[in-house]
Amino acid sequence: QIFINNEWHDSVSGKKFAVFNPATEEKICEVEEGDKADVDKAVKAARKAFELGSTWRTMDASERGRLLNKLADLVERDRLILATMETIDGGKLFSTAYLMDLGACIKTLRYCAGWADKIHGRTVPMDGNFFTFTRHEPIGVCGQIIPWNFPLVMFIWKIAPALCCGNTVVVKPAEQTPLSALYMGSLIKEAGFPPGVVNIVPGFGPTAGAAISHHMDIDKVAFTGSTEVGKLIKEAAGKSNLKRVTLELGGKSPNIIFADADLDAAVEFAHIGLFYHQGQCCIAGSRIFVEEPIYDEFVRRSIERAKKYTLGDPLKPGVQQGPQIDKEQYKKILELIESGKKEGAKLECGGGPWGDKGYFIQPTVFSNVTDDMRIAKEEIFGPVQQIMKFKTIDEVIKRANNTTYGLAAAVFTKDIDKALTFAAALQAGTVWVNCYSALSAQCPFGGFKMSGNGREM
Amino acid sequence: PIPLPLLSLQIFINNEWHESTSGKKFPTYNPSTLEKICDIEEGDKPDVDNAVEAAKAAFQRGSPWRQMDAPGRGRLLHKLADLLERDRVILATLETMDTGKPFLQAYFIDLEGCIKTLRYYAGWADKIQGRTIPVDENFVCFTRHEPMGVCGAITPWNFPLLMLVWKMAPALCCGNTLVVKPAEQTPLTALYIGSLIKEVGFPPGVVNIVPGYGPTAGAAISTHDSIDKIAFTGSTKVGKLIKEAASKSNLKRVTLELGGKNPCIVCADADLDLAVECAHQGVFFNQGQCCTAASRVFVEEQIYPEFVKRSVEFAKKRLVGDPFDARTEQGPQIDQKQFDKILELIESGKKEGAKLECGGLAIEDRGLFIKPTVFSEVTDNMRIAKEEIFGPVQPIMKFKSIEEVIRRANSTEYGLTAAVFTKNLDRALTLASALQSGTVWINCYNALYAQAPFGGFKMSGNGRELGEYALAEYTEVKTVTIKLSQKSP
Repeated sequence: QIFINNEWHDSVSGKKFAVFNPATEEKICEVEEGDKADVDKAVKAARKAFELGSTWRTMDASERGRLLNKLADLVERDRLILATMETIDGGKLFSTAYLMDLGACIKTLRYCAGWADKIHGRTVPMDGNFFTFTRHEPIGVCGQIIPWNFPLVMFIWKIAPALCCGNTVVVKPAEQTPLSALYMGSLIKEAGFPPGVVNIVPGFGPTAGAAISHHMDIDKVAFTGSTEVGKLIKEAAGKSNLKRVTLELGGKSPNIIFADADLDAAVEFAHIGLFYHQGQCCIAGSRIFVEEPIYDEFVRRSIERAKKYTLGDPLKPGVQQGPQIDKEQYKKILELIESGKKEGAKLECGGGPWGDKGYFIQPTVFSNVTDDMRIAKEEIFGPVQQIMKFKTIDEVIKRANNTTYGLAAAVFTKDIDKALTFAAALQAGTVWVNCYSALSAQCPFGGFKMSGNGREM
Repeated sequence: PIPLPLLSLQIFINNEWHESTSGKKFPTYNPSTLEKICDIEEGDKPDVDNAVEAAKAAFQRGSPWRQMDAPGRGRLLHKLADLLERDRVILATLETMDTGKPFLQAYFIDLEGCIKTLRYYAGWADKIQGRTIPVDENFVCFTRHEPMGVCGAITPWNFPLLMLVWKMAPALCCGNTLVVKPAEQTPLTALYIGSLIKEVGFPPGVVNIVPGYGPTAGAAISTHDSIDKIAFTGSTKVGKLIKEAASKSNLKRVTLELGGKNPCIVCADADLDLAVECAHQGVFFNQGQCCTAASRVFVEEQIYPEFVKRSVEFAKKRLVGDPFDARTEQGPQIDQKQFDKILELIESGKKEGAKLECGGLAIEDRGLFIKPTVFSEVTDNMRIAKEEIFGPVQPIMKFKSIEEVIRRANSTEYGLTAAVFTKNLDRALTLASALQSGTVWINCYNALYAQAPFGGFKMSGNGRELGEYALAEYTEVKTVTIKLSQKSP
């Protein structure tokens, strides 16, 4: 149901929507469908909880930290349940959900818990007879729209810093994956957060999501999802009340491999960097630039690596790749694979669907990819790896930066000069050297250019 | 009598309990009853050496402590806080037995401060951030804030556990290892913490505790060539010796929290009831044995007689007695030496012409209890106006103008805290800027929290404890500069 003021509500409209398991295409259950009227209720509750003099506003900062730590304790306690939900709802491999997703959630909660009583302002020596100091105050009611690729992790990445700083929130989880967010509602109540501090309204983007981005009484909206929708949200924010906006959007992240790299490590990182979670990551290393001398060997090893996969039900052990999230994504990925074939890339392995049930796609590798092909320009969000060739440093810097995206990038080399040159030259929010996907609660994360606005963590 | 399964009365090194190298022990007393509580192994230089060896080994590159992820250090500190919460009654009882402070204060104030400080620093552990720095020419430059290494901590007898946590928490948070020497008058809670540190799972050698005396164990720490930093809370006199020893030995880094002769300025427009009560608690709290004691109360002329009258009322009402009695507000002084010193200063007050309003003598022939004492008509040249008394004695003086009181408040080599009572914004902020004190309280007293830095100007100390600032005292900055073949933006 809809979680407002620490209570569970039916939708105002009476409507419900279905939630599916992408591995089996079967319906898991139905969830109350929130729309504008429910968002309005949630915002009212969040606004009240944010009033001057409220329990939340008068709570010691260190106590906010205590509540976040308690929530982390509860997530640890119910780790198995939450990991199972993520797997069934999101098609995520169970071992990954349990170890990686839940691990990150717990660590992020604890990291932000520690910051709660360390939000410092400054004193400023102003000219004239003045005593000046800054306060870093909570923004207010924050709307947060969560994606379906890392439902619980993205939920925590939004609520943890928001609550740490003293805000109240209205969360809309993705319609494909609302279950773990709703479970968190009950843990939030159990941990002892005052009513109205966290409110959760499951529903669809064009209805509930738009209600949030247009709302005149929401002070800030945070969104993780596609660049296309991110633009709509920022537009809506401008048209309504100039609410503050942070966006974590798509990427077409370059992964640059030099001839002096540790080739085994590079192949492995490039592989995981693309294929992790069925390619459904904003940071997917989906343009791999390999220096000419080692190109053929790199392609050969990458194909070997991709062929090793077992596809199947993500709840089962021994499965390395689960399904894509839904039919829409599935069709889009297959369409882009076809474009790759048509535009002349060399299909090295995979290239089509798998199985008779569920949205499974074979792990696919294209070589001889050129920069003008659709698979080299558009975000695929699927298990499709593009490998291209380069000759010189200046050339690859230009080509890597030649995109409207700018989320992440990586360079593999043993040469310190090259490593630090790329760290400076690449237009990306995170640059990895000799690794990929190294993310931690302590490090800021976000995009240059159209990969986003602002930073998380 | 409470069973104390976890209290070992020995030296704690590498998570194990040891007898002293010399075989000697020393007694610790209950200042309320004057009875011996127990005997403790007495550490001296060889024991300090063993502790330092253990702390050094635990700090080696590649050791479990050095390899531990920063959030892991934070988790251990949180768990230690959990255990303090679990054993709160035991620790408060030990603290009361050993120091004579009222049990309810030990439970609600000392232990509360300990738990909150541990949790505060647990949160900082993975946020010790260096910077990237845009230097001239073709370089990439960044700083690392590394742990200093083996830190010696010498803690006092007035807030034994709290002062230990104020040092231990930031030190461990930043990744250092410790050798602690608790005050010889009050070693019990420090030793109990040793067992909790082991229970929580800190690797061996990270925290080591060597009970003993200042001139022996304490001096061994301040002169040790393998100790990288020393933190001391105690008298200014000993603080100077420590800084000297640090310089003569290996230039170890030094932080000091020393004495104070803290001005408490009450303006005519103050909320008088609030000011009287705060000034009273400010000087009499913990039997007057606080570095923050409000031991020079400056009252604006117009309200002076009324202020004195109400302060005397408060002092007369103050209940002195058995610290385990819930009604007691004031227990005994810590030992005979302090007791004698306080009475001597009281006599000097009488002799030098201050007006004794109430109290002024000990309570019985036996025991270390002193009556809450108020002096009025105190002038700045009297000993009670200049020297730190560290007892239940409140000197009240008169002032006319703000300029005058600023000058008089600042005319001391101390500079730990100050307080101002006024409703006038202008006055409050002018005084806050003008007073040479590490902390200025406005319309309150002893408002101390883990988030706010605390330390002294002038001879009240070097450096700051608590808040983000303490991190600087427990880290060493390393700058890394990397040359590039061409200039990068």
